[in-house]
Order: sequence, then C-alpha cells, then structure tokens
Amino acid sequence: MAEKTIVIPSFSLPARIDQVGIEERAARFTKRSIKNETKLNGLLLTLNMIDLTTLEGKDTVGKVKQLCYKAVHLHDEYPGLPTVAAVCVYPSMVATAKKALGDSGVNVASVATAFPSGQAPRNVKISDVKYAVQQGADEIDMVISRGKFLEGEYNYVFDEIAAVKEACGEARLKVILETGELVTYDKVRRASDIAMYAGADFIKTSTGKISPAATMPVTLVMLEAIRDFYYKTGKMIGMKPAGGISKSKLALHYLVMLNETLGEEWMNNHWFRFGASSLANDVLMQLMKARTGVYQGKDYFSID
Amino acid sequence: MARLEILKTYKIYIGGKFPRTESGRYYIAENAKGEKLANVCLSSRKDFRDAVGAARSASGDWGSRAAFNRGQILYRIAEMLEGRKAQFVDELQQQSVSKAAALKEVETSIDRLIYYAGWCDKFQQLYSAVNPVASSHFNFSVPEPTGVVSVIAPQNNSLLGLVSVIAPIIAGGNTCIVLGSYSKPLCVVTFAEVLNSSDVPGGVVNILTGKPEELAPYFADHMDVNAIVCCEKDAVLQKMIQEKASLNMKRVILYDSVNWQGEAGQSPYFIMDTQEIKTTWHPIENIGGAKAGY
Repeated sequence: MAEKTIVIPSFSLPARIDQVGIEERAARFTKRSIKNETKLNGLLLTLNMIDLTTLEGKDTVGKVKQLCYKAVHLHDEYPGLPTVAAVCVYPSMVATAKKALGDSGVNVASVATAFPSGQAPRNVKISDVKYAVQQGADEIDMVISRGKFLEGEYNYVFDEIAAVKEACGEARLKVILETGELVTYDKVRRASDIAMYAGADFIKTSTGKISPAATMPVTLVMLEAIRDFYYKTGKMIGMKPAGGISKSKLALHYLVMLNETLGEEWMNNHWFRFGASSLANDVLMQLMKARTGVYQGKDYFSID
Repeated sequence: MARLEILKTYKIYIGGKFPRTESGRYYIAENAKGEKLANVCLSSRKDFRDAVGAARSASGDWGSRAAFNRGQILYRIAEMLEGRKAQFVDELQQQSVSKAAALKEVETSIDRLIYYAGWCDKFQQLYSAVNPVASSHFNFSVPEPTGVVSVIAPQNNSLLGLVSVIAPIIAGGNTCIVLGSYSKPLCVVTFAEVLNSSDVPGGVVNILTGKPEELAPYFADHMDVNAIVCCEKDAVLQKMIQEKASLNMKRVILYDSVNWQGEAGQSPYFIMDTQEIKTTWHPIENIGGAKAGY
C-alpha cells in the first residue's frame, strides 16, 4: 500500500473496544491445532523473535556479558539454531552489550526515559535516550507518562513520544504503554493510537515490572490498532508483548494471533518481538524434546 | 423410593489437584472374581510430564522446610488415614483381600507413617559426620534430598506398599511422582485424598494410575527426574530402566524383593536411598596453642 497523507485524529473521541468480544476472540487463538512440523518452525521463529532481557537493579557487566553470550549461543548442542533478535538492557549497560555482541547481528535495545516509571522531566528523559543512542543502542524502548495519560493530557503524551522519536535518530523506537496501569481496553487502544501517530516504530505492552503484563486480549487490542493504522496510513508498525510469556505453548498462541490478525508480513523479528527472559529456555527444552524424544530438565540449559 | 448410589470417580493426583488423565483414557479395575469395581484413569506420558513439573516446583519449598515440620506433616497423614480406616478396609476387601488382612494392612500403613514421621528430624544426625582432615578446615558431611523421584510402586499391597515407598522419600525432603498398583488402584486414589487433606503441599506427592510397562520408559528417561524407585520384579523392565536412567545419571533404586509387611519393610536406610551426602570444607583459622582436633 502506498503511503498516504497522515491525518492525526482527535484522541479525545472515545475508542470503543468490545471487551467480551476481544476476550473471546483471543481465547479462540489458543484452540488451533498445530501440526508437529509447524510447531517446530514456530518454535525456531519464536527464538528468533525474542528480546532477551535483563532489567534489574543488580545487573552487572558480567551478567550482561553472559546474557549476550547466550543471545548468540542459545544451545550449542543443537546446531543451526537462530540467534535471538536483540538483547534488552539499561542505558548504562549498552556499551557492554554492544561490545559483547560485536558483529553477531543481534541488536542492542535499551530502555530509556526513566524506565520503568517514566516519572522524570522531559529533558532528563531526552538525555537518557540520547545517551543510550550514543552508546550504540539500535533500539530504544521508552515508557509513556501514564500519569499524564490518565489525566487526559493526550497532547503531552503525544509530544513527548514525538520528541523522543526525534532524539532516537536512526534507532528504532518501541513505545511501552504499560497496559497493566491503563486498566481498560479502550485506554489501551487510545494509547496505541497516540503512540503510532506520534512516530513509534513498535508498540509494546509492558515494562515487566507491573502485573498484569502482556496478556493475549491486550495484545489483540494493540494488533488491531496496528492493523487499522496500517489501513489508514499504509505504514507498518511492530508489536512487542513483554512480560509473563514464559512458556513456548503460549508463544505459539501469540504467533497464531499475529498471523491471523496482521498476516504473514509481520511474521518476522523486524515486526514482532517477545520481551522475555525465561521463554528462550522453555523453547529450547521443547526443541530438544522434539529432537531426542526425551523430556528435558532445566539443569541442562544455561541460566538466563 | 430407592436411593441411587453415587459412585466415586477415581482420578489422578497432580500438583494438589485431582484432574482426569489428559489422554481421556480409562481402564476397568476388577477384583479377583472378575467383577467390575471402577473406571480408573489410564495415565499418559503427558500426565507424567505435568506431574514432574508440579513435583519440581514443589521441591524447593519442601526440601528446605524444617525437618521437624516435615515430621509433623507425616504424622498428620497418619492421623487422616486413621480417620478413614473403614473406607480403606472396605476398598481393600473389594479388591479381594480378606477382612483381617485388610485391617492389618491399613493399621501397618498408619504405623509406618508414624515411624517415618519420627525419623524426619533424626536420620540426619545418624548419617552425618564431622571428618578428620589434615588441613585447617572444619570438614563435615550431611545428607540432602536428591530432588524429584519417580516411583513405580508395588503391585500387591496396594496401600501398604504405596505408603512404604512414599513415606521415606518425602521424609527426606524429596518430592515424587508415583505410579500406583495397576490391578488394585482403588486405595491408591483414595490415599491421594488423604494426602490432599493432610497439609502436604500440592506437588510434593503426585499419584498416577496406569500401566507400568507403558509409563516406565518416561519415568526413567525424563531429564528433570533425579532418581527412580522401581518395585517391579521384571528383569527386562529393570534393565530398560537402568539404561534410560543413565541419560542423566539418575539414581536407580530397586525394591523388588522387600517384604513390606514385616519389620524389614521399614528402616532409615530407605530414607538414605534418596539422599545425597554433601561434604563441606569450611576454612578455619589455625589458632596457635589451641590443639584443634580437626
């Protein structure tokens, strides 16, 4: 679809989401029968879509290096595995991760803008982003100001995202809505629209610090927002559910939902990511089970 | 009007819940005369896989509880079993055990639980040691739980055999997945109900019903299981188990000729079968003049 002139709609008009319908629709994606070969391909694709993440106060240079090694060598016993898509760290660890990953093709994503709360003045957030980009981050994961959003200050949120996008330069911008704090699907949809019109390359559900994190219904609301945005503007936006996806079965359900909502063009790590840390090991255990016929134990996989 | 009797559904026990087998299969348990007793779950490898997951997540908490607390809980199982004595005697009789023998089996089972309840916080002192070493270290060895244990329980003595293998395993802080007697499954499932009402955390004991020859390969080769107990006296089965268990060097424990009814059916050595000895070298300062023994 050719790019169209983008007309920014009024965000104060209520977006309407059918809660019951969304939840039922999301539940149905979990009931598809997936054949063995498809499952295997799905598992490999899942690995390739993971943003391997460590976002803890106790992160050290050593921990980040170990995670980067894992990003490239997921399980050497299984030859021919893909790498993950990116390693996601705090700005202070970007340089370490960049150096550790070298020319492996794995991106470095950095959270920024006073992650996870986003409660900081705009100039602090912008310099946070600029620092991360200057350190070599390929992708920036920003958080929106949920407080302002809930107050109804949509222009503030919009302007902030646009300013951060400008500060990103070449880096791709993922906008974290923190859906667990937005409460209703209507608000999730509105925040998605604001983020996309303000220049997000990706919209992302959660920081992983708030429960509930990513759920299938919330992700479906966001995928439909992406679809509608694409129809209106011809612009593709990426999606990243994050937090709470730790089992490969659930990851496959998400892929089914992605395929049936946005289609095959989105079925790669340029347009879809899983923000997770423990998902990789579960997928690896499933792959090894398929290869050896023996149920696996976590003792035989690297710690993440 | 005559009342229609409500029949019990015999389900399996995984992670503190009573699901039906995921496979939807069942078999009909019969007594010696060939009379139908109940429909019983024919568990599948996926039930076993789920049970291992439950046992693994329960193992950290159970293994690190105070030994005294584990003793209290084992005692509680005995109390609950005592309260349901009549039901177990009845079920054993349905499975063609004489009344006197049934009563004896239930009572011995209760006493056995009390026996192991007592051992919970005592076996450690018997099997621990402070070791003499020729360097300035305080060196000691203590038993620790092996982890997750899969168990193929005795086919006969469906209650006493079951209790006799489960009790020492959980007394030592392990968690387990037990395949009960195929031919006599009634009190296997009812015992799960006793466990469920005895403060035993969900997942510590998981009980399946089904065919040993179908499930044994998975019991033996699952990489997240640390030891396997087999009570079947079948050389082919034992060899297969030993071969598959070598994949992750599981401990293989064969109880194929234990007489569970007598004194020989209980001993702290049964607890030690699923324990690992951990030796610690703790550096100490050499204090001049103080003639340290170790």
